[in-house]
Amino acid sequence: MDFSFTEEQSMLRDTVASYLADHYSFEQRRDALKTEAGWRPAVWKAFAEELGILGAPFSEELGGLGGGPTDNMVVMEEFGKTLVVEPYLGTVVIGGGFLKHSGHSGAADIIAQIIAGTTTIAFAAAEPQARYSWQDLKTTAKKDGSGWVLNGAKAVVIGAPWASHLIVTARTGGGQRDAQGVSVFIVDKTAKGVTTRDYPTVDGLRASEVTFENVSLPAEALIGSEGAGLPLVEKVIDEAIVATCAEACGVLRRLHEGTLEYTKQRKQFGQPISQFQVLQHRMVDMFIQLEQSISMTYMANIKLTDTDVERAKGVSAAKVQIGKACKFVGQNAIQLHGGMGMTDEMAIGHYFKRATMIEGAFGSTDHHLARYETLSLGKAA
Amino acid sequence: MDLDFSPEDSAFREEARAFIAENYPKALREKQARGEDLGKEDFLSWHRILAAKGWSAPSWPKEFGGTEWTPTQKYIWSEEQARADTIGILPFGVAMLAPVIYTFGTQEQKEKFLPGIRDGKVWWCQGYSEPGAGSDLASLKTKAERITGDDGKEYYLVNGQKTWTTLGQHADWGFFLVRTDPNSKPQAGISFLLIDMKSPGIEVRRITTLEGGHEVNDVFLDNVKVPVENRIFHENQGWTCAKALLAHERSGIAGVARSKRGLERVREIASTELSDTGGPLLQDPFFKRKVAELEIDLTALEFTELRTLAGEQSGKGPGLESSILKIKGTEIQQRLHELALEAVGHYGAPYLRDLGHNANIGPGYADGLAGDYFNGRKTSIYGGSNEIQRNIIAKMVLGL
Ligand SMILES: Cc1cc2nc3c(=O)[nH]c(=O)nc-3n(C[C@H](O)[C@H](O)[C@H](O)COP(=O)(O)OP(=O)(O)OC[C@H]3O[C@@H](n4cnc5c(N)ncnc54)[C@H](O)[C@@H]3O)c2cc1C
Ligand SMILES: Cc1cc2nc3c(=O)[nH]c(=O)nc-3n(C[C@H](O)[C@H](O)[C@H](O)COP(=O)(O)OP(=O)(O)OC[C@H]3O[C@@H](n4cnc5c(N)ncnc54)[C@H](O)[C@@H]3O)c2cc1C
Repeated sequence: MDFSFTEEQSMLRDTVASYLADHYSFEQRRDALKTEAGWRPAVWKAFAEELGILGAPFSEELGGLGGGPTDNMVVMEEFGKTLVVEPYLGTVVIGGGFLKHSGHSGAADIIAQIIAGTTTIAFAAAEPQARYSWQDLKTTAKKDGSGWVLNGAKAVVIGAPWASHLIVTARTGGGQRDAQGVSVFIVDKTAKGVTTRDYPTVDGLRASEVTFENVSLPAEALIGSEGAGLPLVEKVIDEAIVATCAEACGVLRRLHEGTLEYTKQRKQFGQPISQFQVLQHRMVDMFIQLEQSISMTYMANIKLTDTDVERAKGVSAAKVQIGKACKFVGQNAIQLHGGMGMTDEMAIGHYFKRATMIEGAFGSTDHHLARYETLSLGKAA
Repeated sequence: MDLDFSPEDSAFREEARAFIAENYPKALREKQARGEDLGKEDFLSWHRILAAKGWSAPSWPKEFGGTEWTPTQKYIWSEEQARADTIGILPFGVAMLAPVIYTFGTQEQKEKFLPGIRDGKVWWCQGYSEPGAGSDLASLKTKAERITGDDGKEYYLVNGQKTWTTLGQHADWGFFLVRTDPNSKPQAGISFLLIDMKSPGIEVRRITTLEGGHEVNDVFLDNVKVPVENRIFHENQGWTCAKALLAHERSGIAGVARSKRGLERVREIASTELSDTGGPLLQDPFFKRKVAELEIDLTALEFTELRTLAGEQSGKGPGLESSILKIKGTEIQQRLHELALEAVGHYGAPYLRDLGHNANIGPGYADGLAGDYFNGRKTSIYGGSNEIQRNIIAKMVLGL
C-alpha cells in the first residue's frame, strides 16, 4: 500500500504552492474580491501559461500533463489552503470531466481551450425546487431540427459570472424526477436567450441565477447520450466532490493550524490559552477530524475508478466525514479565537465561511448519509 | 411555581397581545421584513412606546418605574413579543446597568440615570473588555487616576482601550471598568465608572464582523476627564458591581421565547422547501429528527429557566444557574441558525449585504440566513464564553 504522491504530483504541489505564496496572500485575495469582477483573470492566465496546471488531469494526447483525479486533489488541496476563488473546479474538474468521459466529438478542441485558459466553465445543474437531486429537472431541451431549444432556470450557479460556457442539465424526456430523460448540454453563455443575474456568495465566490428562454443549441451541444445522461452526471459530480473534499482538507488544515498558532500566543489568566486542557482536547479533536478527512478523501479518490455503486458509496462516506469536520473544526476555530474570530479582518473567519459552504456543496451531510444508507443497505424491502 | 395560567394571567396575555398589535411601529416592522439594518432611532422607538405605557422595565422595582410583574407575567410578555417578532429592548441600560445603579448607586445617581434608561432616551454601551482582557476580565489595564480639575472639582483621568463595544457607535453613555489601584490584586483595584461618550478624548472605531456587519467597536480613551460622582459604589470595589451585572447579562441570554419563535420559523421554511425526493423537507427523516431533538432541548431549557425565575421570585437573585441558561440558550440559538441555513440549501450562499436585502435571489426567507449563522457564533463567545461558564459551574457549583 502506498499513499505517497508520485514525483510529478509532488512537483505539481510545489509549483502551485510556491506560485500561490507569491501571488495569493490574504490581502491580495481580499483586494481581488472587492473588485467588480471578483476574480483575477491574470491569475487564471498564469495557471494556464506559467504553471500549466489547467492541464493537470488531462492525458498528454489532449495536451495535458497526463494526470487524473489525484492531480485534481493535489491542486485543490493547495487551493483550499489559500482560499483560491478562480474556477478550477467548474472548468477543469467538472467541465473537463464531462468532456473527457462523454466521448463527445468536439471534446479534444474544447479541452485544448480549457488547458489554454480561454474557455471557462460553470456547472448549471441545481434548480430552485430540486434541493440536491440532480434528476429533478424542470429545465427542458426540445428537439428542433438537428439541434435543440432550451428553456428553464438554474439556481446558484457557482462561477457563472466568470464562465464563457455553461454545462447545463435538462430534461429531454420523462417526468420531472425520472432518472431517464436527463441530458447534458454545453451552452455558450453569450447565446441568445441566456440571461444571468450575478451576485457574490458568502465565501467570496460569484454565482448567478441563470435563465434560458428559447435558447437555440446546435446538435453538438449535447454531451453524452440523449436521455441517458444521469450516470455521467453522477460520475462527474462524484469527481467534483472528491476534489472539493481535497479543497476542504486544505481549508481544515489552515483552520487547525491557525487555531494552534493563535492559542499559543493569546494569553489570558497569565498563561497562553493553549495551556487549558479543555482547549487542548478540543484542538486534538479538531486534529482527529482533519486526519480522518484526509483519510476519507484518499479513500474516495481510490474508489473513483471502482464500480458505480462502490464509487458512490465511497464518495458519499467521504462527504459525510468532510461535512461534519467542516462544521466541527470551523465552529471551534472561531470559538477558540474568541472575539478575534468574529472579525472580518482575520483570515480564520474566511476559512470558516468557505468550510461552511463546502458542507452544503453537491449535497449536505444528510443528503450523503441518505445516499450512503440507500446504497449500502438497499431500499426498504 | 404554578404554571397554570390564572384568569388574570390570561387577561394579561390578551392585553399584551393587543398592545403590541396596536402599537408596534409599522415602519419598523417593514424594515425588519426587508432585513434592513436598523438604526439608532429604530432601536429606540419601541423602547419609547413601551416606556410611555410603563412597560419598559419589567424587572425593576416599582419605585423606579418597573412593572413588578410576576415571573409568569414576564414570561408571557417575552412570549408575546417573540410571537409578534418585535425587536427587543437593548439590554445594556435596562437589563444590565440599571440593576447595578439601583442596587449600588447613590440617591442622586438613581435620580440622574434611571429615568433616561427607563424611557429609552439615553443609549448605553458596555466598556468591559480590552484587547488583553477578554475572558480574563480582571486583568484589564484601562487606567483611571484621581486629579483635581481647574474648576477645583475631583475627576478621574481615564486612559486606555476598550474593545468589542457593542453598538458603541450609537452610545450616549457607557459604563466602564477601570483600574484605580494598580498595586492590589487584580479584582481589588477596579472601579465602575459611567462615562459620557461625548467627552473629549473618546474615539469610537468600527470593527467589521465576519458577516460584514457593524455591531462592535474599539473605544479609545485618551485623557478622558470623568467626574468622581460618576463612579458607582466604592472606589476599587467595582468588581462587585461587575459580577452582579454579568449574572443579569447571562440570564437575559437564554432567549427561550425567541428561540421558540425561531423554531417555528424553521418549521415554516422546512414545510415550504422540498426535500430531494420532492415532499416537504420537514417530512425528511433526517431533518425531522433534528427539529424534534432541538424542540426537546428547548423545552428542557424553558423549564430550567422557569425554575430559575421561580427562584428569583422567592427572593434569590439570578444566581449561578444563569451559567446553565447561557450555555444551553446560546447552543440552541446556534443550532437554530444551522438548521435554517441548512433548510434553504443552495440559497444559503448568495451574499446580499452589498446589494441590499431586496435582491430577490431565491425565496425571501433565505435572505440573511448565512449572515445570521456566522454572526450567531458570537453568542458562545460573548457574555463570558461558554468555556468560562463551564469553568464557573465546575468551580462554584460543583466545588471542583
Ligand atoms: C476494562 C478495563 C481494562 C483494563 N485493562 C488494562 C490492562 O490490560 N493493563 C493495564 O495496565 N491497565 C488496564 N486497565 C487500567 C486502565 O489503563 C486504567 O483504568 C486507566 O489508565 C485509567 O486509570 P484509572 O482507572 O486510575 O483512572 P484515573 O487515572 O483515576 O482517571 C479517572 C478519570 O479522570 C480522567 N483524567 C485523569 N487524569 C486526567 C488529566 N490529567 N486530564 C484530564 N482527565 C484526566 C480520566 O480520563 C478518567 O476519566 C484497564 C481498565 C479497564 C476499565
Ligand atoms: C459580538 C461581540 C460583542 C461583544 N460585546 C461586548 C460589549 O458590548 N462590551 C464588552 O465589554 N465586551 C463585549 N464583548 C467581548 C466579550 O465579552 C469577549 O469577547 C469575551 O469575554 C471573550 O474574550 P476574548 O474575545 O478576549 O476571548 P479570549 O478570552 O481570548 O478567549 C479565547 C478562547 O479561549 C477560551 N478560554 C479563555 N480562557 C479560558 C479558560 N480559563 N478555560 C477554558 N477556556 C478558556 C475562551 O472560551 C475562548 O474560546 C463582545 C464580544 C463579541 C464577540
